[in-house]
Amino acid sequence: MPFTLKEYEAHGGYTAARSAVGRTAPEKITAMVKDAHLRGRGGAGFPTGQKWSFVPMGAEAPRPKYLVINADEMEPATFKDRLLLEGNPHQLIEGALLAAYAVQADIAYIFLRRTYTVPARRLNAAIAEAYAAHYLGRNILGSDFSLELYLHVSAGRYICGEETALLNALEGRRPTPRAKPPFPPVVGLWGKPTIANNVETISNVPHILNHGADWFRRLSRTANGGTKLYAVSGRVKRPGVWELPIGATIREIFEEHAGGMQNGYRFRGLIPGGGSTDFLIAEHLDVPMDYDTVQKAGSRMGTGTMLILDDRTCPVGLVLNLMRFFAQESCGWCTPCREGLPWTAKVLAAIEAGQGRAGDLERLEQHTRLLSMGHTYCALAPGAMEPLQSALKYFKEDFKRHIDERRCPWR
Amino acid sequence: MLTPEEIEAIKNEFPRYEQKRGAGVEALKIVQRRRGWVSDESLAAVAEWVEMTPDELDGVATFYNHIFRKPVGRHVILLCSSVTCWVMGYENVYRFLQTRLGIDFGETSPDGRFTLLPHACLGCCDHAPAMMIDDDLHVDLDPETIDHILAGYEYIWNDR
Repeated sequence: MPFTLKEYEAHGGYTAARSAVGRTAPEKITAMVKDAHLRGRGGAGFPTGQKWSFVPMGAEAPRPKYLVINADEMEPATFKDRLLLEGNPHQLIEGALLAAYAVQADIAYIFLRRTYTVPARRLNAAIAEAYAAHYLGRNILGSDFSLELYLHVSAGRYICGEETALLNALEGRRPTPRAKPPFPPVVGLWGKPTIANNVETISNVPHILNHGADWFRRLSRTANGGTKLYAVSGRVKRPGVWELPIGATIREIFEEHAGGMQNGYRFRGLIPGGGSTDFLIAEHLDVPMDYDTVQKAGSRMGTGTMLILDDRTCPVGLVLNLMRFFAQESCGWCTPCREGLPWTAKVLAAIEAGQGRAGDLERLEQHTRLLSMGHTYCALAPGAMEPLQSALKYFKEDFKRHIDERRCPWR
Repeated sequence: MLTPEEIEAIKNEFPRYEQKRGAGVEALKIVQRRRGWVSDESLAAVAEWVEMTPDELDGVATFYNHIFRKPVGRHVILLCSSVTCWVMGYENVYRFLQTRLGIDFGETSPDGRFTLLPHACLGCCDHAPAMMIDDDLHVDLDPETIDHILAGYEYIWNDR
């Protein structure tokens, strides 16, 4: 069970809120978060303090300003935010209060995915406790700062996790993404300045304020500050989630914490950061799980939750599963995604069923080039192409065998 | 045609949003909680309260996986069909449910008890395969445990 408000306070909770709200200049908090080198933990990795600094401040700023916590975790193989929401809702609320104070937001929403029913109950209870203790509402802790925090439970669709689609969802519209620019910190929810941050990102904020930017930077092994929730799933001995310094290597997470492969299974590769990241293979095991290093290795850290590909699982089938997910979740707005993803899924399904034809691999490769950033309205389709393009690169022989042998060798 | 309770619940949502339309999704869920699904009549009634046209609200309703625009069984099974569950044995669970309930995805069991739907990653990949039945999460599934889980829903009726 998560901490009650009293238990959370007994562990030092709301100390940062008490010392900052109404006492520290909001800009100082943004500067601290910038200094701490906190980057977004939802997948995109944008520097958090920098995003906050885009919000217009001062008496002339458009109002009301908004803070949105993105709790719509639906990336395949991703299961870290749920633990934070279920395990420590007050930590998120305190982080939200501090973030809202830093950008002088008036209203905050926690945008929660529909199926996270336990987090919904616990968040509702925690929000009520926070209001009763005057950490939310009008004149928080006796200051001039007021904040309303609402839990908004969604109704189930992956694209709602995309920042601008999320805003449309909150506005009661069909949640397709918006064009950028303008960017949400300037023109966001209802056209007003809006900061959207991931659950894990915001959960770090009270600790940065309590212990300082230096301390946060030094927790990490790289230039990007802090710790990260890393996870492993698949045929490993101990699937799970661990909080480790940023820069823990893939090997460390996979072998030391997840215990390596289950008996009878061999490692062939992994997708490091959720379903929309490129495969990595054995030669990458010593790559530190950091935004920059994983990018250099040809993938993305993304959500930091790894899925292991074992030798008894067909890579074509795995990519087909992902492609069907992305095709299903496409919002349908732009042609390359709406038409291209089902087509790639169809080609992959044919290959998997032993009906692949000459030219299919070229067709798939062509799609990985066509469904790229700049050609699509948002990042969903380009993300879908990441596991496909890397599977074609690292497991090409397996694709060829399906086509040549007219069957799936794994079945 | 909405009940006073539904209307009250919908009106309670309005202060939380800049415009009434922001409460549209929750209003649909309020109505669905009571009736199991959202009919054309309910949709039109909700649209009036949230000041949207029915077709605009339908565009929202039909976008979401959890708003049902056709009748469903007394309990909805959402079987995670995403990648980790697929690696960890989803296909066996799916086949078992098909046989046990006599239905495929999108269908309702003949006794009206269960509707079976595939679903996107449920976010408990360290305990795959997984499914939800209504608001309950069930993890570490294997065909042997599923009968027991389903039995738990044999005698529970949604309060409608």
